[in-house]
Amino acid sequence: MTPLLSVQGITKRYGAHIGCADVSFDLYPGEVMGIVGESGSGKSTLLNCMAGHLRPDAGSVVFDTRGHGPRDTVTMSEPERRMLGRTDWAFVHQHARDGLRMGVSAGGNVGERLMAVGARHYGDIRDKAVDWLERVEIDAGRVDDRPTTFSGGMQQRLQIARNLVTGPRLVFMDEPTGGLDVSVQARLLDLLRGLVRDMGLSAIIVTHDLAVVRLLADRLMVMKDGHVVENGLTDQVLDDPQHAYTQLLVSSVLQV
Amino acid sequence: MTPSSEYNFAYLDEQTKRMIRRAILKGLAIPGYQVPFASREMPMPYGWGTGGVQVSAAVLTPDDRFKVIDQGADDTTNAVSIRTFFERTAGVATTTATTEATVIQTRHRIPEVPLTEGQILVYQVPIPEPLRFLEPRESETRKMHSLEEYGLMHVKLYEDISRHGHIATSYAYPVKVEARYVMDPSPIPKFDNPKLGDCPAIQLFGAGREQRIYALPPYTQVVSLDFEDHPFEASKADHPCGLCGAEDSYLDEVIVDDAGGRMFVCSDTDYCEARRAAGHIGKDAA
Repeated sequence: MTPLLSVQGITKRYGAHIGCADVSFDLYPGEVMGIVGESGSGKSTLLNCMAGHLRPDAGSVVFDTRGHGPRDTVTMSEPERRMLGRTDWAFVHQHARDGLRMGVSAGGNVGERLMAVGARHYGDIRDKAVDWLERVEIDAGRVDDRPTTFSGGMQQRLQIARNLVTGPRLVFMDEPTGGLDVSVQARLLDLLRGLVRDMGLSAIIVTHDLAVVRLLADRLMVMKDGHVVENGLTDQVLDDPQHAYTQLLVSSVLQV
Repeated sequence: MTPSSEYNFAYLDEQTKRMIRRAILKGLAIPGYQVPFASREMPMPYGWGTGGVQVSAAVLTPDDRFKVIDQGADDTTNAVSIRTFFERTAGVATTTATTEATVIQTRHRIPEVPLTEGQILVYQVPIPEPLRFLEPRESETRKMHSLEEYGLMHVKLYEDISRHGHIATSYAYPVKVEARYVMDPSPIPKFDNPKLGDCPAIQLFGAGREQRIYALPPYTQVVSLDFEDHPFEASKADHPCGLCGAEDSYLDEVIVDDAGGRMFVCSDTDYCEARRAAGHIGKDAA
């Protein structure tokens, strides 16, 4: 089986400082990979390198494209990479405001990716937008409201709908539950888990919240100071941590 | 009026005019592409047509006959000032008749009388970037133009329909030029959009404050953006002109008293006067 995403030796430096160093892994279709680590451990740098937002200093990110098979997205041309960014890839930002157009209605936000790939029938676009709002549990009556009138949790769900509407195969998520209160987090995680399973999505989730990866991720990578210190199946890593830092991380979680 | 000897022909110095002509030629070579140029301070405030005036100055020759319209009218402040400006600094002949003019500078209208080969239409443009209100970053809009990522333009039209039930954008209606660049046609009413395409005249667009020039060479394909189920419609007030009775021209609504009285008149004053001179009379003509 060809991996959907094959990352080899990704390295990114900020001057003398290391962002992330020599990270390699394969992600197979339908698999959810979690990346955990403390602030500044390089998880967001790694995610941005993979999603094409940052150019890595070394390494390759080979994606199994629909049309042309495995291609290195680091060396492909920018138009191709941006095309991937609005078709097969999706990126969910930590702050919904970064991923939404706050001046555009919820329907317009969801429809943007459709129009970006050539949809030119208003009725169809709107039907799809309403359908997706319902799938992320936003009342269809809010379709013409701006995201500024939405709560934080709704904004995050809207961002997810906007990203998934074109049926991507790989979703990058950067702290998708950050800044939400626990009950809203729980519902969002529930929703994400359902969507990932239903659509057969592959996902890479960056978070510092171990509960999130416990629920969503099949595999886990633990990062510290730009290096991957441990990786394996999620339950394995969390229940039987080998590396000293992972042990610290797992034992730091408050048991209520 | 005799030209003032204190100014170079058409106010700008020759080097500046060369620079502007180079931008115009580049714009003509890539229809719809916004060419940056080193816009000069002009003796008028930004927003009054500094871009159009610089383009006019660069294309005027002593043999040209110059016409200026502001919202279709030859006799408003802006039109009169710019016409006098070039009478004084270039000594060119001026006219109000569309058919006699070789260079027409316009603000917000295309004349009703079809333009012909050999004429140049110069538009005053306030904001040349059609994507500006959707994407504030210039670096990003440039990238969107170069990569032909125009989905966002339809988001604006989508918002229009979702809020008003139809595409409510009635002026500065975005167009696609030669199936490549999306262009802001300056704030002309969308009634004028069909006249942009396949036009025998050269159309030049100058934005002074924003320092951009773009152009449509003669007989360029220009398509107004729309949705399949909400097609583009060139709209105007559903009345005949009160003075000349014309049913095919773009109309201004004029309030005539404080009791709700109003009349609709051609915004193109030259067209209206020519029709009245030919004997057409509207219902409000006294």
